[in-house]
Amino acid sequence: MSPRPYVRKIQRSWWLHHPRYVVYMIRELTCLFVGLYCAMLVVGLVRLAQGQAAWDAFLAALCSPLVVILQLVCLVFAIYHSVTWFALTPKAMPLMIKDEPVPGSVIVGAHYVGWAAVSIVVLIAAGM
Amino acid sequence: MARSNKPLLWLPFAGGGLVAALLTPVLILITGVLLPLGFVHLSFETIAAFAHHPIGKLIVFGAVALPLWHAAHRLRMTAHDLGLGGGIAVKSACYGTAGLLILAAAGALIKL
Amino acid sequence: MSETIALEVLRYNPETDNEPSFQSYTVPYKDEWVVLDALNHIKDNLDATLSYRWSCHMAVCGSCGMTINNEPKLSCHTFLRDYRGGVIRVEPLDHFPIERDLVIVMDSFMDKLSSVKPYLIPKEDKPLSTGEYLQSPGELQAFHQYTQCINCMLCYAACPQVGLNEDFVGPAALALAHRYNLDSRDAGRNARAEIVASNEGIWECTFVGACSQVCPKNVDPAAAIQQTKISASVDWLKDLLTPRAHR
Repeated sequence: MSPRPYVRKIQRSWWLHHPRYVVYMIRELTCLFVGLYCAMLVVGLVRLAQGQAAWDAFLAALCSPLVVILQLVCLVFAIYHSVTWFALTPKAMPLMIKDEPVPGSVIVGAHYVGWAAVSIVVLIAAGM
Repeated sequence: MARSNKPLLWLPFAGGGLVAALLTPVLILITGVLLPLGFVHLSFETIAAFAHHPIGKLIVFGAVALPLWHAAHRLRMTAHDLGLGGGIAVKSACYGTAGLLILAAAGALIKL
Repeated sequence: MSETIALEVLRYNPETDNEPSFQSYTVPYKDEWVVLDALNHIKDNLDATLSYRWSCHMAVCGSCGMTINNEPKLSCHTFLRDYRGGVIRVEPLDHFPIERDLVIVMDSFMDKLSSVKPYLIPKEDKPLSTGEYLQSPGELQAFHQYTQCINCMLCYAACPQVGLNEDFVGPAALALAHRYNLDSRDAGRNARAEIVASNEGIWECTFVGACSQVCPKNVDPAAAIQQTKISASVDWLKDLLTPRAHR
């Protein structure tokens, strides 16, 4: 029996109280930048559907200094998302081959290979 | 306590996370680095032709819709972590915004 | 004059205090001592009123979980030599009400553990006359790491979702459910899903991963929960797409 237990309330700033939580918050906020970039792509799709002139204007906007900087910020966070996502995948999907667990590093490595392959295919398709 | 319908939200979140991880960086590289530097041109003819093809439509839709859903769900969970509440306002803002953007993308792709 | 080290311990006496406060002690420094040894020294020589849980002194019983310099640790598993020259701040485990000093109220944890039906639920009744269950090394390997939990609650102290929602079933309980779900002798995943696959179960988890980082037994509850999210989602899809005959 607890005569008078003392309850410590969690503070809104809880995630600032330990580096591991700050890193977690940064990891989670990568999705904000992924979402932001995809929203830009949606704008592009809408412009594409509006015809050549609208599309060309969209491409010009993509090349403006402010938008380039925004995209570079998104790129950094998107890469961090990829790195953290691949690192966590073996935890969520452990693989067993013939009763032997596949090492996590192999699963992660396979994702990096896939990442490279997809990137190369897209770059070629884009006209590199 | 009852079985949750969270999988409805979680499955596209997980798929979107993988698509975002594999595809989004190279797309940003193209539009944010290679295009401004002039290494790619992304001409209207080429891109419109790709988006006109049914498989092209599916790829473009997947590349945009799934990461948008991933972002919406994750932002909703993060808002809760940050003490911004988990109520209907946050849910509507997150899934609603993503939903509108996904609909806009679908609309554009149908026209193309 | 032999070396000493300073400890700051959070004290709370429910009979006299309105809130907890720190009390400082100076204990001998010994290379081989752990924080638990320092606490025992305090209790034996300096302040007999200090209250804390402990038992085995070898990281198998799970009794002595505390927050040491902002980190959930077993006090028997935390060496003074890693804090030499500094101050060691000892507080009760986070996310639990304080009973007295370093003793926390763990009733909620016990309830959560038992709520996931942590026992074999076989497909059919198996009378003793039919003999023992046979299990291959591979089948044991599949769930073995999840059997290693010593119920020390460090994972609950580390998990921010436990802190944000006191109804969250939590890492250890969900890892325990996973231990049974993966056991080849068990057929109880469905029965456990009522709690495990509820909003207060796996779906409260956002894969912070702190639980697995602090676990002294490498149980990896975070992995258990993510794997359960996938199996629960597959079950959900099966329920959606097929008639409920299999229930």
